[in-house]
Amino acid sequence: MVKRNHRSAYLLILPYLLFLGVFLIYPILFSVWLTFHDWNIVSTDIPFVGLENYKRLMEDELFFTSLWNTVRFILINIPLQIVLALLLAVALNQPIKGRGFFRGAYFLPVVTSGVVISFLWAWMLSTDGGIINEVLGRIGIPPVPWLTSETWAIPSLAWVAAWKNLGYYVVIFLAGLQGIPKNLYEAARMDGASPVQNFFRITLPMLNPAMLLVVILSTINGFQLFTEPFIMTGGGPANSSLSVVMYIYKNAFQSLDMGYAATIGLVLALIILTVSLLQKRFLERDTYY
Amino acid sequence: MDRISRGLKRMTMYLILIAGAVLFIFPFYWMVLASIKTPEEVFDLSLIPSKVTWDSYVYMFDRIPVWGSLLNSFIFAGGVTLITLIFTSMAGYALARLEFRGRDVLFSVILLTMMIPFQLLMIPLYIIVVKLGWMNTYAGLVLPVSVNALGIFIFRQFFRTVPQELIDAARIDGAGELKILFRIMLPLSKPACVTVAIFTFMGPWNDLLWPLLVTRDQEMMPLAQAATLFGLEGQGGQWGSIMAVTTILAVPVVVLYLFFQRYFIESVSSTGMKG
Repeated sequence: MVKRNHRSAYLLILPYLLFLGVFLIYPILFSVWLTFHDWNIVSTDIPFVGLENYKRLMEDELFFTSLWNTVRFILINIPLQIVLALLLAVALNQPIKGRGFFRGAYFLPVVTSGVVISFLWAWMLSTDGGIINEVLGRIGIPPVPWLTSETWAIPSLAWVAAWKNLGYYVVIFLAGLQGIPKNLYEAARMDGASPVQNFFRITLPMLNPAMLLVVILSTINGFQLFTEPFIMTGGGPANSSLSVVMYIYKNAFQSLDMGYAATIGLVLALIILTVSLLQKRFLERDTYY
Repeated sequence: MDRISRGLKRMTMYLILIAGAVLFIFPFYWMVLASIKTPEEVFDLSLIPSKVTWDSYVYMFDRIPVWGSLLNSFIFAGGVTLITLIFTSMAGYALARLEFRGRDVLFSVILLTMMIPFQLLMIPLYIIVVKLGWMNTYAGLVLPVSVNALGIFIFRQFFRTVPQELIDAARIDGAGELKILFRIMLPLSKPACVTVAIFTFMGPWNDLLWPLLVTRDQEMMPLAQAATLFGLEGQGGQWGSIMAVTTILAVPVVVLYLFFQRYFIESVSSTGMKG
């Protein structure tokens, strides 16, 4: 076919590109510009402050607290998610009845608003009348302050987020499992391999791409943590569950410190990009058999 | 493997699956249950209420304009969905079926924009909304978050499978590209449209952060935001009415989900697959 240059193509893309320019490219540049300025959004005087915002960030203990909280959240959330999602996906991958129902049930929290799920679990985990503590009480365990203690706040949030997203990762793992050639298992059976050996020698290595996807997606998700702590703990107690995004929100909308909030946003974006690239670099394995 | 151990294995699998289903469904049941229990019974562990009451709903309807908020949610989520469907299908068509200079570079750039986290954009977007005088308006709520590269990705993928003869025939009949898109490509791509519509709709319907930034008037708040502020405003112990409002927030998406389950799961897994 003759190569043609369709001018109408540009017209078709133009509306999208306009949106992209105004609401994505320009805000990125604007964001970088903001990090070098001090602005409360109201004042007409916007002094250039050089690297002041970055310097302040490096000395800001509360920022590092929020970063550490977020990292702790991710470190608990990811293994929890992988183990449970893998367990359910392996069970779903058997010749069983009602696969559609089970998959559908696991997926329900994925489509439900984080707002719904945060309030729901805030109530279930509550120390005054929450079902979890009530049930624990029946078997003689004193109430655990799931959301109101510095020890438990982050693990509780990590559990709730895992519960919300689990169905999503089950679907990803299931797709990965169904992509593993059956003849690998047949060959292993001939060699007399046990099911446990099968799982660790064949299933897990062959699932590497799915695993990588799950790790990267939940890391990105984890760094964006906002709704759950905003609703369930308010970042407390004593900032022990303050996430980075909540801290951005506080700086921008409680202290009206736009330059500093933009600086944290930019640093967070760079952290997310770097971590996901590193994960891709170090977790990716070639699986040839 | 002998028959007994195979049977055992199968039973274990079912036990795991059923435990999973209970784990994911029970909390929703518990939520709806709390919203219709009497205040005395809310803290009770009974799984079936002795008396059903709508008092929690009445209390909550008194305090938040639920219908107005639902309407705002529909306008917010519907607006974003409509804009995304139209503009990304146009761009997706051009990228899939038309030759033009810079096409591949452009597509790579669009894919790259998917890696930008919202947290980088939220402060400047908020300032843009303020400066345009769009605070507390539907324009401010909808337009800045209507950029969605994933729609382009899915439409482009789907449009590539439409036979070239159909396009050529339409061109011979003198149809312009827009007409080809809306009369031929889109009607043939209903699954793609449903997929894009569903994942786009879900985002703003469930979102809290963006409305929190750009709407301060209760009149203009989507339900997710109104519910959050209601729940956080020290409803000390009023869990029944908080569960009532979250039930109302959950129902539309859950109903959509029950009808379009396959599309939901496909749309969300394709979101992941682009990684």
